Amino acid sequence: MPALINVPAKAKRGDVIEIRTLTSHIMETGFRHTADGKLVPRDIITSFICRYNGAEVFRADLFPAIAANPYLSFFTVARESGKFEFEWIGDNGYSSTASTSIMVE
Amino acid sequence: MPTTRRQFLSLAGGVTVAGTIPVVTLRPLEATPAMLTSAIRSVVGEAQLRTGKVKLDIPPLVENGNTVPMTVSVASPMTADDHVKSIHVFNEKNPQPNIGNFYFGPASGRAQVSTRIRLADTQKVVAIARLSDDTFWQVAADVVVTLAACTEEMN
Repeated sequence: MPALINVPAKAKRGDVIEIRTLTSHIMETGFRHTADGKLVPRDIITSFICRYNGAEVFRADLFPAIAANPYLSFFTVARESGKFEFEWIGDNGYSSTASTSIMVE
Repeated sequence: MPTTRRQFLSLAGGVTVAGTIPVVTLRPLEATPAMLTSAIRSVVGEAQLRTGKVKLDIPPLVENGNTVPMTVSVASPMTADDHVKSIHVFNEKNPQPNIGNFYFGPASGRAQVSTRIRLADTQKVVAIARLSDDTFWQVAADVVVTLAACTEEMN
């Protein structure tokens, strides 16, 4: 699983928590050429979604201007114990998922 | 008068020194290329684009344009009635004007996103926020890039 997820294991109800994600991907821009002049085809992650107990809390559209191995950090309110699910979708049918759980008290 | 060796060398030396001075770009603040303007228009539409509310944290000078840390935030209570719907980030001189679109809701708690971006040249980065009342707010930052991204050859 080529992703690193950082979510606090425990939080108080109502706390705003930070979620950090890092996934491994080349993010080939589609604007580079090989030494013999051929265009290197685009291969990027185009979309990222974070769901908290099934409900979407953050979504991003990514473009070639996002650096290789996309890093995203964002926030959400800790409402209830449960599961965070992460999904990366990209060119050439790329799809990757990860999940982690949180205890809210 | 024929140029003496001494005069020639001092002249050549002067040129070399001038050549190593970083190129200072003087651009009018509001002069944005057509691609950037049309990319912004495709998000904002005909709505008024006001300056303020949005905070863009990006280093003013970066050595490597391949990975530039960036944080965009908006001071917002993030309630159902008053929250940030989305943040859109654009650039001026990469091959494509878009960098990323980020979508939030009241469940976000805080309207802030951090990522790492590529910059192909010294240029302006623009962040635009759409609030729940459908007003648009923007901020711009100038970034000097010494090693460009995206356009180098691949071996």
